[in-house]
Amino acid sequence: MTVADLFAILPQTFLEGLLLGFVYAMVALGYTMVYGVLGLINFAHSEVFMIGAVIGLEVFRFWGNPEAPVISNPFLLLLVALVFAAIGSGIMAVLVERFAYRPLRKRGSKSILVPMITAIGVSFLLQDLTRIYAALRHNEFNMQYRTFDALNTVLELPLQTTIQVKGIIVIVVSILMLIGLTYLVNRTKLGKAIRAVSQDMQTAALMGINPDTIISRTFLVGGSLGGVAGVLFGLLYTNVTPYSGVLPGLKAFTSAVLGGIGNIPGAMVGGLILGQLETLSGTYLPFLTNGNFGTEYKDVFAFLTLVLLLLFRPQGIFGQNVSEKV
Amino acid sequence: MNRFIFPFTLAFTALSILGALLMPQNGLTNLALLISVGLVSLGKIPAPWRSGLLAVLALTLTILLRLNPDDKLAFYGLLGVLVAAFLLPNLSNLVRIALGVAILFIAVPIAGLTNSFLFELGIQIGIFAALALGLNVVVGQAGLLDLGFAAFFAIGAYTWGIFGSPQASAFIDGFPAGGLPGNYLYLFMALAIITAAITGVLIGLPALRLRGDYLAIVTLGLGEVVRVFANNLDKPWNITNGPQGITPVNRPEVGPLTEFLKAIGAERLYGRPIDEPIAYSFFFYLLVLLVIGIVVLVNIRLANSRFGRAWVAIREDEIAAKAMGIPLLPSKLLAFATGAAFSGIMGAVFAAKQTFVSPESFTLQASINILAFVILGGMGSIGGAVVGAAAVTVLNIGILKDFSDLLNTWRQTGVNILGYNMANLPPQLNPAKYERLVFGLILILMMIFRPEGLIPEQRHRAELQEARQEAQEGGGK
Repeated sequence: MTVADLFAILPQTFLEGLLLGFVYAMVALGYTMVYGVLGLINFAHSEVFMIGAVIGLEVFRFWGNPEAPVISNPFLLLLVALVFAAIGSGIMAVLVERFAYRPLRKRGSKSILVPMITAIGVSFLLQDLTRIYAALRHNEFNMQYRTFDALNTVLELPLQTTIQVKGIIVIVVSILMLIGLTYLVNRTKLGKAIRAVSQDMQTAALMGINPDTIISRTFLVGGSLGGVAGVLFGLLYTNVTPYSGVLPGLKAFTSAVLGGIGNIPGAMVGGLILGQLETLSGTYLPFLTNGNFGTEYKDVFAFLTLVLLLLFRPQGIFGQNVSEKV
Repeated sequence: MNRFIFPFTLAFTALSILGALLMPQNGLTNLALLISVGLVSLGKIPAPWRSGLLAVLALTLTILLRLNPDDKLAFYGLLGVLVAAFLLPNLSNLVRIALGVAILFIAVPIAGLTNSFLFELGIQIGIFAALALGLNVVVGQAGLLDLGFAAFFAIGAYTWGIFGSPQASAFIDGFPAGGLPGNYLYLFMALAIITAAITGVLIGLPALRLRGDYLAIVTLGLGEVVRVFANNLDKPWNITNGPQGITPVNRPEVGPLTEFLKAIGAERLYGRPIDEPIAYSFFFYLLVLLVIGIVVLVNIRLANSRFGRAWVAIREDEIAAKAMGIPLLPSKLLAFATGAAFSGIMGAVFAAKQTFVSPESFTLQASINILAFVILGGMGSIGGAVVGAAAVTVLNIGILKDFSDLLNTWRQTGVNILGYNMANLPPQLNPAKYERLVFGLILILMMIFRPEGLIPEQRHRAELQEARQEAQEGGGK
């Protein structure tokens, strides 16, 4: 492969990275919002994401059954799936907060480890509950998304790039969701309350904001975004398992840290950067090293970049440097 | 109320022992004995009585286990006595040592030589306990959250796995084709300590400049990096043999041990010859015990040393510790290296025991499991790390599996439970497969109801109580 060839595939690689980046960005927002408000790495968020993907899959199977479709238009079906996944995942995130994290907060433990271990416990629990569900209902571990020709049609774009219709949908939906979230956080009353609680929970409470309600709604918003991202992820990569959330969740969290955790634009940018890093390294590493270090090392590349960045900028790209209170 | 506990415990224990001796095959007597162990350990009774009762219970349970080596409940009872003997306050050291030696070196081998599952369980507990002890130094004592701890275990395992198998000859010219003979394991256990400690320092150098959650995510990332390398270094040089893993890894010779067992008449006692598998089970059981013994000893000495106090100071307040002249980075690196060394040495043993090393064993999942052992047992507490590892292992490969078997028998015989015919139970519901579900539930409930862990560290317990009081005073309007 010549240098010219390498450049020729650059736009296509960039496009694939963009799709992946948007999915990461949407999941990363869930992590970053919860972290901003509670200072907690919500490990269960990756399972909220995975459950969104499963809900989408069930909507596709239930209303889009090929023999007797209730909704025959694939675009409408996808819209229904997105709405249901957003609601389902949002509620799931709220339930997790209500029954696992709130009791800890009420007890006033100061350790950061206690809520984090709880989050890991919730994540295990949700994984296996989904596994039981998949075993009982589908009698197998892997669940396949239904594919529609209308969504898989390949479109030609300039610069020798191609994109499937579903790719365009992913981009459009993610951009809409991200704009919506930015509006919500910066322009609405709820957004103001969320920002207040994340800055100082006690002072916010003194100003007449109920932190519990706001935290609950933060989880709702983050969970819904995760659910939508889950459906988009399932649509793009078609295979969903109870453990599908783990790796994207990890990457999304890495994106959030990359952008500066707790910072909403940072999470978006971090997700997009990580998506690019991963696809670029996945595509070019094999060529650059004569096939000795292949695509498998893309995660190494992503994590090492994170380590390097944190060494020079410990607060992430957009993070503010908070000095330690003594 | 308290007045009645002592006579009640006495009567209950006497009855259950009597029952066990009269009807040794009855499951109910086993259960009664388990309850007695609990009562004797946790109830308010005088210390001399406690020691005596524990000894009698251990003897009874050993007899039961000798009569029926498949009696797992009796085995769990013995584990309970062991834990009680080592962790209860007010017992004399003589009693502790006597009970410990009797259970570990007489009772378990007596049953284990006929039912090697008991050895297997003991070995697994030992391996996980060493990992938990290692991570306990890092997270519990020094307060550094490490989410990629399995990496050090992997380094230890690969250190012996590569050189104790035909693998090394794949990339080193003139290396013995079958790898180094098994007896080199002892040398490589020492080398594994060194390689793991060096890796600890290498990972720690960049990571330890960060704090809290950043440290967590970076260690997690670096742990994954180690796994990805293990998974893919089959080219350009075949060092780890990639995802297929390395096999067969050589094991040390057990000839002398077999001779010894024959000499003391073990064959006559058990009515069957001492063959290689059982000799190996026994050998690794002893080896793991030895390693755990060393690790615990080193850990206790370190925890009470200048370094141990420096770790606690850093954990409690980094800035204050720095102000008092504690060198932060060297102390933290030492904690990382110590923890890594503990799991590295066990990694080498693990490789030899499994005769197989593959990246599968060192996933993020493994790291999180180790962390959970530590949290479950009680952060910072040495006894807690061991008990946490033991409890989860017994639950995973003991109790859940038994429960699955029980459900299967019910399914086959079609028993009615609460009006539900068990034959209709879907075959997918197999509790042994859902260990994570149970594990997750336990983690959540523990964090809500007993965040200080099963065996809390004294200092940590005091802190949590303080926080709870503050919360009550603040919220009790």
